[in-house]
Amino acid sequence: MAAGVAAWLPFARAAAIGWMPVANLPMPVAPAEKNKRQDELIVLNVSGRRFQTWRNTLDRYPDTLLGSSEKEFFYNEETKEYFFDRDPDVFRSVLNFYRTGKLHYPRYECISSYDEELAFFGIVPEIIGDCCYEEYKDRKRENAERLMDDQEDNKDAKLPNMTFRETMWRAFENPHTSTMALVFYYVTGFFIAVSVITNVVETVPCGSAPNQKEVPCGERYTVAFFCMDTACVMIFTVEYLMRLFAAPSRYRFMRSVMSIIDVVAILPYYIGLVMTDNEDVSGAFVTLRVFRVFRIFKFSRHSQGLRILGYTLKSCASELGFLLFSLTMAIIIFATVMFYAEKGSSSSKFTSIPASFWYTIVTMTTLGYGDMVPKTIAGKIFGSICSLSGVLVIALPVPVIVSNFSRIYHQNQRADKRRAQKKARLARIRISKTGSSSAFLHSKRNGLFNEALELTGSTEDEKRLSKSTSLLESQHHHLLHCLEKTTVSAHTLELALCHNNILNHEFVDEQYYQQSYLEGGLQNYPSRSPSLSSQDGVTGTCCTRRTKKHHTPLPNASAPAHMQPLTHTHTHPQGLQELSTIHIQPLSTSRSSLNMRVDEPAPLNCQSSQITTAIISIPTPPVTTPEGDAHLPAGPTHQNVVKVSAL
Amino acid sequence: MDAKRVETVSARVDAAVSSTDSVEDELELSAVRHRPEGLEQLEAQTRFSRKELQILYRGFKNECPSGVVNEDTFKDIYSQFFPQGDASTYAHFLFNAFDTDHNGSVSFEDFVMGLSILLRGTVQEKLNWAFNLYDINKDGYITKEEMLDIMKAIYDMMGKCTYPVLKEETPRQHVEVFFQKMDKNKDGVVTIDEFIDCCQNDENIMRSMHLFENVL
Repeated sequence: MAAGVAAWLPFARAAAIGWMPVANLPMPVAPAEKNKRQDELIVLNVSGRRFQTWRNTLDRYPDTLLGSSEKEFFYNEETKEYFFDRDPDVFRSVLNFYRTGKLHYPRYECISSYDEELAFFGIVPEIIGDCCYEEYKDRKRENAERLMDDQEDNKDAKLPNMTFRETMWRAFENPHTSTMALVFYYVTGFFIAVSVITNVVETVPCGSAPNQKEVPCGERYTVAFFCMDTACVMIFTVEYLMRLFAAPSRYRFMRSVMSIIDVVAILPYYIGLVMTDNEDVSGAFVTLRVFRVFRIFKFSRHSQGLRILGYTLKSCASELGFLLFSLTMAIIIFATVMFYAEKGSSSSKFTSIPASFWYTIVTMTTLGYGDMVPKTIAGKIFGSICSLSGVLVIALPVPVIVSNFSRIYHQNQRADKRRAQKKARLARIRISKTGSSSAFLHSKRNGLFNEALELTGSTEDEKRLSKSTSLLESQHHHLLHCLEKTTVSAHTLELALCHNNILNHEFVDEQYYQQSYLEGGLQNYPSRSPSLSSQDGVTGTCCTRRTKKHHTPLPNASAPAHMQPLTHTHTHPQGLQELSTIHIQPLSTSRSSLNMRVDEPAPLNCQSSQITTAIISIPTPPVTTPEGDAHLPAGPTHQNVVKVSAL
Repeated sequence: MDAKRVETVSARVDAAVSSTDSVEDELELSAVRHRPEGLEQLEAQTRFSRKELQILYRGFKNECPSGVVNEDTFKDIYSQFFPQGDASTYAHFLFNAFDTDHNGSVSFEDFVMGLSILLRGTVQEKLNWAFNLYDINKDGYITKEEMLDIMKAIYDMMGKCTYPVLKEETPRQHVEVFFQKMDKNKDGVVTIDEFIDCCQNDENIMRSMHLFENVL
């Protein structure tokens, strides 16, 4: 029942009195209206803009936020209104839904912000009215495609621990990932070109001896061409076998179009090898050579445009089919007509209807070779009609195909452009965030400074910290401190006690911080223990043996439990909405000055020193990664501080 | 109020005059905006309080911004309450019952008057209204054919998916039962007095008349 007619329910019930005299049985009892209150206005304050409506209006949809008791959570006692800290512009659409029963999607609104608002207010987007539904769906699809494109880019990120096979496959699919792949890519491209040129040149007549007829080059320099062909085929075979080996799903690879083209390109050669110089089969063999031209299709791996063309043709299959069908119809009609029109004329070339097909096709496509021309008047008339209609029939489906191609091509261009822009964007974001990301480390250093000076307990530090930094930051830092304290292992505890409690596994230096912070994203946390607390911190001072890693196993499985709220750009004081990801790069990329452990084996630190915290944005599922402690040696810098101050 | 009535009348006159172009006719007619009488007058004429009238009008205006309901809209609205069957025939009868001045459209006044009787009226008035509903040609007598039409309309609202399945003769049988009960002098028609008498003697009917009193 639509919301609008809910107001007419009293009328419908009243009209039911008309059935009463007719009814044979007693009527059921009417439902009692408990605490029937007068309809009242309620005020909805959305980010300062006040909306007012009747309570009944909102009650029409009891399974949404505003229609249920959920809105009581947002009730503000002092101002006696419901306060929502959301976008007031989108809220207009939401409220209009209650009023009119129809949900509209404003075109100027971003699709994801709209979706978020709908999700917040508990409204299912499927009830968007017909007037706006198509637009909504289109925008949503576009957005999804864009996200998918971005995700595809992420797959370029090299996953650690790829098997050799996977690396090879990746190299094949994305040549720009490594130099080897690039080299391979260009080499195969070169050989494809060579092979195709060879095939072409083979048939060109070379110079001949004066008393012999011209022979094609292929027959003159048989051996040379044979060697060239063999070389190319060998390269192609090797390539095919390597791809076959590297493919994640061999069966699927073998069924794919590119692999079929590969096979067809090299098969004739092998068949030729196998076959003897038998007269009968050599004719067939010569025909097989035609298939060598398929090698040129191998170029489609190298050319994006060619792939798009193929994809377009596939997607325009119906238009092409229609074109073909309508042409066939027209050809048959006109051929028949021409045949019968020219039947009377003597020495007519139109000997049969199929023979007239040729004339019709040539005329309709406006080629007009002139090898067959009508001689009778009727024939000429029909011939002209034929050529005029040919133009029309062909011109109709072609724009559809063209527009399809254009759309797909531009989409691809946009994807490429986006990828290129992404790097620039990330760089800019990095610059803008340099300030904020170092806040924590600054404060930590200050904290250590103070700690070392005072040699007091941690609580006072917190107070001290909170003076210089904002409350939120200090709370956050405190949280991280607690974490650090929590994960101190036994060994480090000793060290800590002995060295008066320099924090052991601190979060690292700024540079890592920034780098990793901006990389974002999900990283597989290798199951290495984080509690390599023994290393740094206490570095140069007394503990030189930091190589021992105490690998206490971290329960990586319980990933959700290890969400590290490391908010760095405190855009939300609530801190729930956004938690940033920090992935600290392996040490190998660090500045040399930081390396207390230049002498230490790099791999140890690299993998262990990963802190990943998650970027969580509701409603997408939280990206959680197991935590780890960072054990990169923030040591030196901290040490310096310590040294100067306390020692 | 009269001015408003005149407005609608003049609109119709204009429409009739310019009958050459039917499109214009439609436009002119649809531009009719009926405004109801003032709140005080309606309050006096009906048994609703001011607030109730406000609520009623808001609902009414929401669904029919032009201020009048024509039969199609009426059928549409009523059918939404009975999705399983075909409520259009009964809605037609209902429309005629509400449209007291028989001008083809139900204005807010008609609507509210009807509701006032149904929800706040005396039993006598309600029965009167029901009789008016059944008496399709408004001649003061309910004939068997009229009753059969009404009965079929009511059964249509039930739809086809009932259990047990309603048979063809069910309405007819129901009409027989009704007439047996109501038609005292067996003359084949039911007059208003027979109707009211009979209903007042029937407990079930009496009880059910009070069923919807607290609807609004």
